[in-house]
Amino acid sequence: MITSRTEVIVGRVLLIVALVLTLIPLLNMLSAALQPADRNPIGLSWPSDPQWVNFVTAFEVGNVWRLMGSSAFIVLCVVPVSLVIATLAGYALGGLRMRGSRALLIVFVLGLTIPFEALIIPLYYQAQALGTLNTQWAVVFPLIGLFMPFSVFWMRAHFVNVPRELSEAARVDGARLWQEFFRIQLPLALPAISALTILLFIWTWNQFLLPVVLIANPLDRTVAGALTFFQGQYYASIPLLNAGALIIIVPAILVFLLFQRQFIKALLQGAVKG
Amino acid sequence: MSTTLVSNAPRRAAARAAARRADLTGWLLVAPALLAYTGFVIYPLATGIQYSFYDWNGVGVATWVGLDNYATVFTNPNLLGAIGNSFVLIAFFTIIPVGMGLVLATLIRSMRDGLALRASQTILFLPQIIPLAAAGIAWSWMYAQTGAVNQILGWIGLEAITRPWLADYGTALPAVGLIGSWVLTGLCTVLLLTGIGKIDTSLYEAIRLDGAGWFREFITITLPGLRQELAVLVTLTVIAALSTFDIIYTSTQGGPGRATLVPGLLIYRIGFTQSDVGLAAAFGIVMMVLVLAVVLPIQRLSRASDQ
Repeated sequence: MITSRTEVIVGRVLLIVALVLTLIPLLNMLSAALQPADRNPIGLSWPSDPQWVNFVTAFEVGNVWRLMGSSAFIVLCVVPVSLVIATLAGYALGGLRMRGSRALLIVFVLGLTIPFEALIIPLYYQAQALGTLNTQWAVVFPLIGLFMPFSVFWMRAHFVNVPRELSEAARVDGARLWQEFFRIQLPLALPAISALTILLFIWTWNQFLLPVVLIANPLDRTVAGALTFFQGQYYASIPLLNAGALIIIVPAILVFLLFQRQFIKALLQGAVKG
Repeated sequence: MSTTLVSNAPRRAAARAAARRADLTGWLLVAPALLAYTGFVIYPLATGIQYSFYDWNGVGVATWVGLDNYATVFTNPNLLGAIGNSFVLIAFFTIIPVGMGLVLATLIRSMRDGLALRASQTILFLPQIIPLAAAGIAWSWMYAQTGAVNQILGWIGLEAITRPWLADYGTALPAVGLIGSWVLTGLCTVLLLTGIGKIDTSLYEAIRLDGAGWFREFITITLPGLRQELAVLVTLTVIAALSTFDIIYTSTQGGPGRATLVPGLLIYRIGFTQSDVGLAAAFGIVMMVLVLAVVLPIQRLSRASDQ
């Protein structure tokens, strides 16, 4: 590839600037979190005597165990159910392609652009009518529905690319539909399913609007939704607020660092397909 | 000949029966997803449309008001102002990240796939992983009077312009917008970099041998080669700009005054603080239509240029 030296140098410099700008707010959270809890910190400065104890305080004051439990509960309800029903629907629309599947696909795709804010008022009164308001179910049910357009679209995009000869060969061998699905289709779909798992995990964990509106007690929300509670709780202490916010984002960052290759691939494909 | 005719008829009947069975199976498999989608997206959408024609405080009797709520959305300066703000945010959520992404991706496309590139991708992606609400908290601290932004400005001799950026009427909206740029630039860069990687490198070599500079190369090869990625990014980021909620909620709450009020936050306030459910629902529907009206032409454009 032909590139001039100046291009390379300018590129590297800009990249470094972008990386520094990306990291500063995060480092700034850390440096603020380590300042003495009773004083207002000043800008970006590494404390002479880092107060790691702030994290312990924030953990206790913020009831972080309970919050993580609540978040984990919501994730464990939303993600597996979404995965199973979206995979089945994706197989039907992409693999079986029964009559009416094109129209169904369009109905699902139309849902991709609906902002959650546009539905939040009716969702509130629906939860009230169902008696789920102020419980985690008020977030779990709508999230599964709201994730369907993307998830079904995603799984269909996988199944539509599986060669038809494969299922025809299985049928000739006398395999029943469910045998074919479990023995042939499902193993082939695993990469698509695991990418979708990562995306749904992060979207649920970081979901803010639904828990804030539908669950009054911040301790029953997702961790992201509980950040407003932290803002109230640590109003007087910027170090504790930052410590609390850092504790909350660490699980998501850990998951990201563990699966970063799959993650970036999933998000990029998700973007292009979506 | 006659034997095949005879034996074909029952086989065709069997095939038709099998097809009907496959249709039935297909619908059974779609049913759960369709049920969740209908129950928690389509049904709320329908009730939202219904609410939008009523004056209702959420508990008492609702009165039919026809299109009054929609008239309010399009005449009340508060509501119009919020819509205007969300369009201003497009500059920060779409134009800056996509522009920066294009520049960066073009300049570093020759970087070899190694540790440095992968580490850069990981770091650029971090803002995409943390909750937007946390980004709002981190940045309100950055923008504070004693925060890092003013400190850095002081280092480079710009004390004169330091201020509490989110509390200043003139700077609050751009400052909030830049939080969006921070979140989205990494995603744009990494996606565009992947897109550039798919462009045939011989095209670049040909045009360089032809004596073209970087600008002509960019216009004639890079831009056309990236149109699918660009369409995707513009769509995603425009939706993010028009439906911002988390960042504003944890940073400015719409203030100072109404300087950073956006539709998402207003729907929340009108619906739950002022208990004007009909107006909030109407605003929600208008917001959805606005997003569609902006996004559909982008999709149409990218489709058209594919052919």
